[in-house]
Amino acid sequence: MAMTMTEKILAAHAGLPQVRPGQIVNAKVDLVLANELSAIVAIEEFGKIRGAEKVFDPHKIVIVPDHFTPNKDIQSAQVAKKVREFALTQQMLYYEVGRMGIEHVLLPEQGLVRPGMLVIGGDSHTCTYGGIGAFATGVGSTDVAVAWALGEVWLKVPSTIRLEFLGKKQPWVSGKDMILYAVGRLGVDGAIYSALEFTGEAIADLSVAERLTMANMAIEAGAKNGIFVVDAKTESYVQGATDRPYTVYQSDPEAEYAQTIVFDMEDIDPQVAFPHLPSNTKPVSQAGDLAIDQVVIGSCTNGRIEDLRIAAGLLKGKKIHPRVRCIVIPGTQKIYLQALKEGLLETFVQADCVVSTPTCGPCLGGHMGVLAEGERCVSTTNRNFVGRMGHVTSEIYLASPAVASASALAGRITEPGKI
Amino acid sequence: MIKGSVWKFGRDIDTDVIIAGRYCNISDPDELAKHVFEDLDPTFVGRFVQGDVIVADANFGCGSSREVAPLCLKAAGVAAVVAPSFARIFYRNAINIGLPIFEIPSVAKFFEQRQSIQIDPGTGMISNLSTGASFQAAPFPEFMQKIIGAGGLVNYASERIGGLGNEK
Repeated sequence: MAMTMTEKILAAHAGLPQVRPGQIVNAKVDLVLANELSAIVAIEEFGKIRGAEKVFDPHKIVIVPDHFTPNKDIQSAQVAKKVREFALTQQMLYYEVGRMGIEHVLLPEQGLVRPGMLVIGGDSHTCTYGGIGAFATGVGSTDVAVAWALGEVWLKVPSTIRLEFLGKKQPWVSGKDMILYAVGRLGVDGAIYSALEFTGEAIADLSVAERLTMANMAIEAGAKNGIFVVDAKTESYVQGATDRPYTVYQSDPEAEYAQTIVFDMEDIDPQVAFPHLPSNTKPVSQAGDLAIDQVVIGSCTNGRIEDLRIAAGLLKGKKIHPRVRCIVIPGTQKIYLQALKEGLLETFVQADCVVSTPTCGPCLGGHMGVLAEGERCVSTTNRNFVGRMGHVTSEIYLASPAVASASALAGRITEPGKI
Repeated sequence: MIKGSVWKFGRDIDTDVIIAGRYCNISDPDELAKHVFEDLDPTFVGRFVQGDVIVADANFGCGSSREVAPLCLKAAGVAAVVAPSFARIFYRNAINIGLPIFEIPSVAKFFEQRQSIQIDPGTGMISNLSTGASFQAAPFPEFMQKIIGAGGLVNYASERIGGLGNEK
């Protein structure tokens, strides 16, 4: 029977010849991820599982302390300490400050996630790994704890919505603009309980980095996972990261989709999501005259070397607007070093930007750029909910690295083509 | 039987407004409960009465995977959340930790702030005692009923480990 990529991966991990949307399966997990905030709760729950002392396989469990690290206060330091001790006692894969990165940038880079894998993570943006053809979805801490113990997770097989992007990208349009546009069209619950499968000529043209950016925000349309076909670009990326084997699954031509939505790249300009929902999108050209206080370039959505190159390309030899604070956050230590070697960090510092060590900090109002009352921020992150980055009256405008950089220079939300 | 007052919310209530990111390094549920809905309504915690029920519009709990969101609602004494739909991670988390949730299409328009609501968790029958209207929640799939019956996923996993042990 014909199946989608998502259905094939779930069937293979549930030990079934086929699965159907709506069916609940117990699936074997290839990798279980947690950050310090989800791990601290999972450790508590793991302790309550009778008969569970050792985790099922420490080589399939990754802990990345990235949210409030380097520790922002005593409370966070205590959390990080407890998580570190548990991870080391259990001999889990553990990435410490200085050797780490933002989890969803780090795991593909390290070859820990590969096509065809089933990955769950105690972080909603775990869906990022669909960018390289894995089934990956976010879960809560109790699910993480039980997966640590049993090596499996219960999942309802999602129906799949197919998003087809026809044509070629317009100037200054990136994967970020495409996913913002799609979330705008779908709404924040348009893909609830569903898989999003991204296809079409414009998707084939995208870099792996842009595919990871798009899959990352599948959750912002309520999706369980986002998934991309595995092509030569994916295989080259994965083989560059690891020698470990992987399995390529492709959707059958006769696979059943709940819906197919076609987007014409002619209609997609650089986008910005206005407060306070990621679906509240409009073209940057229609943003109006909005003065800004801060810009953040980084995160699990847009903290890859390709993103930093775009930002540096716009900022090189210039100074950001005197009233703007611009915070640049390379996603991993490896990216930081690469940006250093390419001279990108020098460009940022000379443009009056702050360059931070990898952290999720500002995205969830933790540290490294918390917003004050009424402040406006253009951010390459993924959420602009009320109070997300700080004060309840602050405002977040989600955009691509190009739009964020252009806006940092102009001091207001600006099209990159106008710089 | 759950019986309490309705606290009405709109659609797309995200986990950041349920419990803000800045409190996510707190593990004590009672401490977390002091900050429930703080950014949406700072007076909520002072006014909410244990045993009352949240009735919201679609997509309740969207956003992050933070399990402290359903956990702090439970700790604050929220007896149940009723909505047309829940964001999927919140839905899982609620089932896993034992926060009663009920899905009913278009339910939000049939309840007003502070009306009296009664829920039979066994049958999924929900009544607006102020208007007399009643609704049937969608039944949980059999597998989820087992988790609910076991008292949450941790107990279910404990039973599984026990079961696996017996097979040896």
